[in-house]
Amino acid sequence: MMFASLLRIACLMTIVTTLLLGIAYPLGITAVAQMVFPDRANGQLIEREGALIGSRLIGQGFAAPGYFHPRPSATATPYDAANSGGSQLGPTNRTLIDTVKTRVDAARKDNPTAPVPIDLVTASASGLDPDLSPAAAAFQVPRVARARGMSETDVRRLVAAHTDGRQLGFFGEPRVNVLELNLALDRAHPMPK
Amino acid sequence: MTTNGWLQIACFLLAILAVTPLLGAYMTRVFTRQHTWLDPLLGPTERFIYRVTGVDGRREMRWTEYAVAVLLFSGVSMLVLYALQRLQGVLPWNPQRFGGVAPALAFNTAASFATNTNWQAYAGESTMSYLTQMAGLAYQNFVSAATGIAVAIAVIRGIAQRERETLGNFWVDLVRATLWVLLPIAIVGALFLVSQGVVQNLRPYDTARTVEGATQVIAQGPVASQEIIKQFGTNGGGFFNANSAHPFENPTPLTNFVEMLGIFAISAGLTYTLGSMTGSRRHGWAIWAAMAVLCLAGVTVTYWAEAHGNPLLSAAGADQTPGIGSSGGNMEGKEVRFGIANTALFSTVTTDASCGAINGWFDSFTPVGGLVPLANLQLSEVVFGGVGAGLYGVVVYVVLSVFIAGLMVGRTPEYLGKKIQAFEVQMAMLTVLVFSLVILTFTAVASVSPGVGTSSILNPGPHGLSEILYAYSSGAANNGSAFGGLNANTPWYNTTIGLTMLVGRFFMIIPPLAMAGSLSRKKPVPPSLGTFPVTTPLFTALLVGVIVIVGALTFFPALSLGPIVEHFLMQSGRVF
Repeated sequence: MMFASLLRIACLMTIVTTLLLGIAYPLGITAVAQMVFPDRANGQLIEREGALIGSRLIGQGFAAPGYFHPRPSATATPYDAANSGGSQLGPTNRTLIDTVKTRVDAARKDNPTAPVPIDLVTASASGLDPDLSPAAAAFQVPRVARARGMSETDVRRLVAAHTDGRQLGFFGEPRVNVLELNLALDRAHPMPK
Repeated sequence: MTTNGWLQIACFLLAILAVTPLLGAYMTRVFTRQHTWLDPLLGPTERFIYRVTGVDGRREMRWTEYAVAVLLFSGVSMLVLYALQRLQGVLPWNPQRFGGVAPALAFNTAASFATNTNWQAYAGESTMSYLTQMAGLAYQNFVSAATGIAVAIAVIRGIAQRERETLGNFWVDLVRATLWVLLPIAIVGALFLVSQGVVQNLRPYDTARTVEGATQVIAQGPVASQEIIKQFGTNGGGFFNANSAHPFENPTPLTNFVEMLGIFAISAGLTYTLGSMTGSRRHGWAIWAAMAVLCLAGVTVTYWAEAHGNPLLSAAGADQTPGIGSSGGNMEGKEVRFGIANTALFSTVTTDASCGAINGWFDSFTPVGGLVPLANLQLSEVVFGGVGAGLYGVVVYVVLSVFIAGLMVGRTPEYLGKKIQAFEVQMAMLTVLVFSLVILTFTAVASVSPGVGTSSILNPGPHGLSEILYAYSSGAANNGSAFGGLNANTPWYNTTIGLTMLVGRFFMIIPPLAMAGSLSRKKPVPPSLGTFPVTTPLFTALLVGVIVIVGALTFFPALSLGPIVEHFLMQSGRVF
């Protein structure tokens, strides 16, 4: 008897709370978010010449020497924003060490003198890291300047303008948004055809 | 390690210190039915829910009825989640047209979310419809957390009351935990997250043509509403596969701070609630201090190990020294905006509590950096712990501590005026033993079964054992984080980890409830000279000692074959 009445309450409670917490709450938040923060609620999408080219928050692949390259992505096809993830390679896995070695060797061809910053040769956690450390951006300045026929000083100035400091002065790490920086490069000094 | 990194860690601990009495005092008011400023709004909602469901709010339950109500509610809502996943293909809010989830995975996920574990053998953005995410997964994020809070409150009542048979009404505690505690935080917090860039929409995935001409499909969804309760309810199940490392779940250092704060906030507050409901605030703070010490020790070790980096990567030519413009350290599987300090702190906090959200992959941590999350799970999630679960979990260790202190001085131990007798100690030992039994047995079986166990390993060598050990520790501790290289979406792992999670949840709920029922009936004894005080630094030290020794004695042999031996092999340049 007690069991039956508890079971009945459990079923009704599941239904009522599902309607409240599982339907009304997220739809209400969606409605308010879409009204108050429409750009942020939809992923800060960026359009160029009327076409969607990506999101400010989502890293995308760049391979041309005239662009800043993002961090390596370990998603099944790199920078897959519909299937995020990291490499999951452990610290003593030969594949990890060999992969990093290959990336270091490639990076040294671009810039033989500077030390190779760790974030430039390791896969991010999401596979979609939109940022580089300022050191990893600085490392690529000579290559980008060469490929675009710009002076290194000009490229460096653009990097500095797109470097975000720590949030509120001390939260997180300084960083450079790669997509925004590359778009700014295209505006300032289009790639030679 | 950098000064700024330590500054951020100190700032986090101070924030937890500040939140503890605020939330703790508020929850005391909520669960002793005193007036709160939300009553005019929530009072009618509460009464409406009781009317529709036929709950008599004044009726009190014995511990047995309370436990049956917990089990029935968890069971029914788990079945609904299973059905929702299987049927999502024909249900609305499925713009990507995902089909129904396979039976073993649907069972695993339903057990996972109903037990507040949020172990995920799937990738959210390629498996679950928006309806499943909202009404199935995020819904369980609320009610599994509310269930934990309710049980914790019932256990506190058992300690505080004298000569009473009943522990309160589960339905009332569940509804009040949801309406007064979780929902207001979720509404305010979700909108804050959106303001920082966490997405919140029901649109189909966008297709972008990138600057270099590639096609990039960008997953969307109602993320913020789920993200906030995933953190504050110590659930941890990511909307996306990359969890809180995904820029749409955790876009800025500030969202990262709030998400970490959320993991500890309610559990820290409950230590204060324990103090204020039992009339011994200093006892609450003594427990808080033990938890803070263990948390600080963990983050110190992880931060040191990850900032120190991987010598094999240095040998490969990568520069891991921190400096101007680079956080340095082991950045494999980490995000630039969080760097080393925030990833180390997040990993410690999420495994201290039974959250399991991650903002960097533990499988790619250095061996010692990954040892800390693993060891944290094996302390059975009592360092603040899961919402509610941490509190009733630590009460088990408190009982063991006063019992051991009693043995040392040769007196019947007492806890806040109640005699601790055979039954209480038996219940405490039952939780401790079942926990380690289920982890070590399944790990042992899996690690010698090439066909079903070791075939899922990604990283060879000792790291492979760490992957398996972590999976079962995470399931039993109801954490849900993973050494993600292990392919856990197989019938063997889906089934055994599913069972581990159910044991880890309900064997951790029923014995403490039984203990509370027994304590509640007892006549209080006045404190005497021989009473071991539970309000002093000595008690804090003893509690820390008992937690660490029980964990270490049980799991040290397994840990030494996994992360510890891997550490020394890495130092000597071995790869696998």
